[in-house]
Amino acid sequence: MAAALVALLGIVVIARLADAATAPAPATVVALTAQRFAYAPETIIAKVGVPLVLEITALDHDHGFNLPAFGVRADLKAGTTTRVEIVPDRIGSFAFHCDVFCGDGHEEMTGTLHVVE
Amino acid sequence: MSTWMTKDTNRRDFLRLAGIGGVVFASALGATAAGAATKRGRGGYAARAKSDFYFVQLSDTHIGFEGPAVNPDAAGTLEKAIATVNALDEQPDFVVFTGDLTHTTDDASQRRERMKRFQGIAGTLRAKSVHFMAGEHDAAPDRGDVYQSFFGALHYTFDHKGVHFIVLDNVSDPGAIIGDAQLTWLQHDLARLKHDHPIVVLTHRPLFDLYPEWDWATRDAAATIAALEPFSNVTVFYGHIHQEHHHMTGHIAHHSAKSLIFALPAPGSVPKKAPIPWDASEPYRGLGARDVEAEVARADYELTELPVVRAGRS
Repeated sequence: MAAALVALLGIVVIARLADAATAPAPATVVALTAQRFAYAPETIIAKVGVPLVLEITALDHDHGFNLPAFGVRADLKAGTTTRVEIVPDRIGSFAFHCDVFCGDGHEEMTGTLHVVE
Repeated sequence: MSTWMTKDTNRRDFLRLAGIGGVVFASALGATAAGAATKRGRGGYAARAKSDFYFVQLSDTHIGFEGPAVNPDAAGTLEKAIATVNALDEQPDFVVFTGDLTHTTDDASQRRERMKRFQGIAGTLRAKSVHFMAGEHDAAPDRGDVYQSFFGALHYTFDHKGVHFIVLDNVSDPGAIIGDAQLTWLQHDLARLKHDHPIVVLTHRPLFDLYPEWDWATRDAAATIAALEPFSNVTVFYGHIHQEHHHMTGHIAHHSAKSLIFALPAPGSVPKKAPIPWDASEPYRGLGARDVEAEVARADYELTELPVVRAGRS
């Protein structure tokens, strides 16, 4: 009986270890601000395979966040914080930009996501 | 040789000999610039039917912009381009401005002043008819309120010698969205046309994902193209990217025009999009207007790029 219990316990422990091995890594959370005509920070570094959550606060105006390489975009309403989830599944540098016209300087409102090992 | 052919040839000869005509591009379905050159190289064009015509496209004039490093003649470039167009021996049937008439400003009174200034300059065109459309610089800050008080509707249609022109607004929504209401309007407009009717779409932003990393796209372009897809003779003329560019989405040809304020680099050719500096050795390089020769029966549009200033003049 005791041997059976130990065996069962062993199976449970092994199963949990296996789950832990395959569970997705916890997301990295990065806070950004969007303000005419820049994101701060304008450079974000993420690890490949590690989910990334951007919490972007639009300080002064409606803005947008568009990261075409990952097919991700969001409206950033003035005075609110918007969560943007990204799965950086490949290494490289990827441009993002504001895609909601926000005035003279809108075209300069850009940034870069660097995905590294 | 028909009268029309003589007239047509004379106009083209004038463009070339006066140092006005630039690169020629044929917009026939599947045609290429090389094809156009061959056509011209053979020394002739088919006789122009009485229904054929030409128009001029001007774009991205950005009245109010100041930036000596990219255009020390920002205040005078549009006037020079208009002088070039007005000097054409045969005047176009009409002129179209494909958006960004003015440079954006947060100040509504300054926006009105810039629109008024633009309107005054555009009013010196000799062409009998001029069609306007907005760019995001004109319309996004106030959803087109001031623009409409000067130039009327943001989207509309007109017909000319058998060609149906559709002006689409992909700028007054700051998110570069045409929107469901305008798409429904477009579908109703198209529903009355035969599928081989010649259609020209005039708009500001590209109606395809030209280079989304630089915001050179329209968010719901795919739905717009899907509405146009059943029609066999559709050509799109647009602005926004401050350079000549030609692209096909299926059988639909898209042609962007040069700006009359500053040039921008080719899509993705530099890490960061920025105006190309002014070249004092070659003023107005990369800027210009466009002559569009419409051959209605074939729904064919032959493009000739025009410089701001005729060769030998300043």
